[in-house]
Amino acid sequence: MIIVKNISKQFGKLKALNNISTSCNKGECIALIGPNGSGKTTLIKCILGMVLPDSGTLTFNGKDISGDWQYRSKIGYMPQIGRYPDNMSIGQVLNMMTDIRSPETVLDEDLVRAFSIDKLLDKRMRTLSGGTVQKVSAALAFMFNPEVLILDEPTAGLDPIASELFKEKILAEKEKGKLVLITSHILSDLDDLVSRVIYMQEGSLIFHKSIEELRRDTGEERLVKSIAQVMAMNYE
Amino acid sequence: MKYLASMIVALFIAVSVSAGIIRVGSKHTHKTVRAGINAAAAGDTVSVDQGHYRERNLVINKRITLKGNNRPILDGESKYEIISVFTSGVTIEGFKLIHSGVSSLEDLSGIKVSNSSHVTIRNNILEDTFFGIYIQNGSNSRIINNQLRGTSLEEQRSGNGIHCWKSENMHIARNSISGHRDGIYFEFVKNSVILKNTAANNLRYGLHFMFSNDDSYLDNVFRNNGSGVSVMYSKRIKMLSNHFEENWGDAAYGILLKEISDGTMEGNYFTKNTSAIYMEGANRISMKQNTFKDNGWALKIQANCMDVVLERNNFIGNTFDVGTNGSLVLNTFRNNYWDKYEGYDLNKDKIGDIPFRPVSMYSVIVEKFPVAMILFRTFITTLLDKTEKILPSLTPENLKDNEPLMHRAF
Amino acid sequence: MNKIVKYVITDILRNRIIIIYTLFLLASALTVFSLEDNSSKGLLSLLNIILIVVPLVSIIFSTIYVYNSAEFIELLVSQPLRRKSIWLSIFTGLASSLALAFFIGAGIPILLYQANMIGLTMILSGTVLSVIFVAIALLSAVQTRDKAKGIGAAIMLWLYFSLLFDGLVLFLLFQFSDYPLEKPMIGISALNPIDLTRILILLQLDVSAMMGYTGAVFKDFFGTYPGLVFSCAVLLLWIALPIWLSTKKFKSKDL
Repeated sequence: MIIVKNISKQFGKLKALNNISTSCNKGECIALIGPNGSGKTTLIKCILGMVLPDSGTLTFNGKDISGDWQYRSKIGYMPQIGRYPDNMSIGQVLNMMTDIRSPETVLDEDLVRAFSIDKLLDKRMRTLSGGTVQKVSAALAFMFNPEVLILDEPTAGLDPIASELFKEKILAEKEKGKLVLITSHILSDLDDLVSRVIYMQEGSLIFHKSIEELRRDTGEERLVKSIAQVMAMNYE
Repeated sequence: MKYLASMIVALFIAVSVSAGIIRVGSKHTHKTVRAGINAAAAGDTVSVDQGHYRERNLVINKRITLKGNNRPILDGESKYEIISVFTSGVTIEGFKLIHSGVSSLEDLSGIKVSNSSHVTIRNNILEDTFFGIYIQNGSNSRIINNQLRGTSLEEQRSGNGIHCWKSENMHIARNSISGHRDGIYFEFVKNSVILKNTAANNLRYGLHFMFSNDDSYLDNVFRNNGSGVSVMYSKRIKMLSNHFEENWGDAAYGILLKEISDGTMEGNYFTKNTSAIYMEGANRISMKQNTFKDNGWALKIQANCMDVVLERNNFIGNTFDVGTNGSLVLNTFRNNYWDKYEGYDLNKDKIGDIPFRPVSMYSVIVEKFPVAMILFRTFITTLLDKTEKILPSLTPENLKDNEPLMHRAF
Repeated sequence: MNKIVKYVITDILRNRIIIIYTLFLLASALTVFSLEDNSSKGLLSLLNIILIVVPLVSIIFSTIYVYNSAEFIELLVSQPLRRKSIWLSIFTGLASSLALAFFIGAGIPILLYQANMIGLTMILSGTVLSVIFVAIALLSAVQTRDKAKGIGAAIMLWLYFSLLFDGLVLFLLFQFSDYPLEKPMIGISALNPIDLTRILILLQLDVSAMMGYTGAVFKDFFGTYPGLVFSCAVLLLWIALPIWLSTKKFKSKDL
């Protein structure tokens, strides 16, 4: 579904992405893992067209995305830190996004209800806590039934209950055959969701394996431990 | 004494009795004006009916009244001077004179009066005449309620509307003059009055005034003439309650005063002129209760002016109030109202407590570098002006009104 | 695109600063007109507001708005929207809100007290200046991610257009006073939108003084139909050029 071919990106002297190639398919839930500054977010932003790569190509459903914008209607994106116009209420933000995306399908408001956002519709964005803003971001990412979900550090600001509800939702979507791309550094969160792992370090893609392969290679049952082992190996 | 009085009465009766009326027109014996005039004796009235008369040059050399009924037209066919008067006591009224000849050599006119006195020219319309009414060497004559419309577009090919040369005791009232070179032209004219005339849209000056002493002009309107009004080389002129309006251009002045002394200017209105008054070599002029409104410069006063007193004038909405070319100040500003004054009046005597300096720094700069006008009202020039107000360096130190009024003078 | 414009405008119109700006304009306009005994003097005070305050507020407000909405812009970019339409929407939103603020704050009092050619020219000038300085602000804001640097650049730009440029011109004028500068000055004035609008207002406000020789050259140029077309074209160029450049930059910008 998404094919990344030889993508490189340089920010000044920093090589953020170094000749990355990989592909992501339907029905997968991929964890994008790596230490801070390894290029996870940059890669996601490349896929979303927010960062334009210096070289290489990105295709979405077989179409090159450079210069294209319509493909983004098939992506639900939840940013690391969501910021919305201060003076708008939650209701207005939801309406605005609906208005902008003008979806053809019925809205998926599961998370809106699950997070009780529908009870806060009149609250102004600037009065909200970080966690509530994250909930809004999450709800927005899922709202338009996208084929691809890109979630950047999704559970960072969520309380445990919300986090749990959220994971259930991700699972459900994955079951529907959607592609879910998650970056996270709280590894334990992802254990029971993830089907594949992309590990990045200093802008390079170290490996892209299925969870089974990873377990086999490292001999660890739990994802946290296997990743820790990989990290340790790469530090040496 | 009694004898003398009865003599005069007898003479008067004799004259009025002998005054006959000679009628001219298609229905009368005299078909042409010329025939009428020829038939008339001194003191007669030649009464001309409506019609279009092509009489070439009509010469009047007897004391008659030439009177038009329903404004008969006298046509000069663009070749001739229409009426030439060579004797005193002539009256011309009620005609429409059109198309005089054009000749700068002979100054062809609608009506030319030479060496005569007690001539009255009234209620005529003059159109497309080279000179309009031309008086040379005249005296005690009256030019009243005539309308003069020149049609020439260039200065060289046009003459003056009312032209007086070497005359005295003239009375020029309620005429309107447009499209001529100078609206009213005075050269060597003494003791005369110019009253309630309107000179507008003339090619050069609305009023051109030279070597003429002891004259006054009152209640006239001078509007949008090529160069405004020019008063030069004259003494003891009274200029009262006139309107000088919309005289636009670099060399156009509401009024240009050059080598004038002992004049009085009071109650005049200067509106929307590029320069309302330009003064050069003017001495002992008293200017009171004039209004300067919306002019580019209200007053341009050259350093060679002396003892000009400006008192109780209103300066409102002018771009620059006063401009000058030097630092010498021998003139007095007192009790004027300046709308740009920003001082205060603590003792409530309606007179500002700090002096007002009407010359702004920027007007001095513009005087030297006219192009700088393009930067007028920019932030930087406002800053310069404010600095100059605190520390005068370029503007003349003594040019100030020590007692500026807080409210309009009238 | 219209949708985004709508949201940008609603967002800005709820902003306290823009409301304060409108009230400030309204208060100063009403004060100058009611305090001065003649309204042409009021217009003069307003002229300074138009030439100094309007560009300042427009450029600073727009710059800060763009930086503060960085994340919101990111969010929009991640949505199925054309980058060009996002950027143009932000411009349109800012420009129309600031123009509206100017119109309510200064335009309406001017119409009440001075509904003539001068007033009309002033309203148009203020509106155009608002839009031009939004365009300039966007161009400078798209260059750097650093908010402090961006605001600094905005203040410098304002200082340049409202003060330094004229100082430079004045200096040139003194240096080359022996040459006929009238015509070059027309060209130079096109390099600064504030100067251009000021001259257009001057031709109405100080028409008598502008009829002097030098002024007449300007009047002959700007007062005629081709001159007016030239001025309008230049002013539009001052909007279009920065917007075109900043859109180009924004399209290839990493967020």
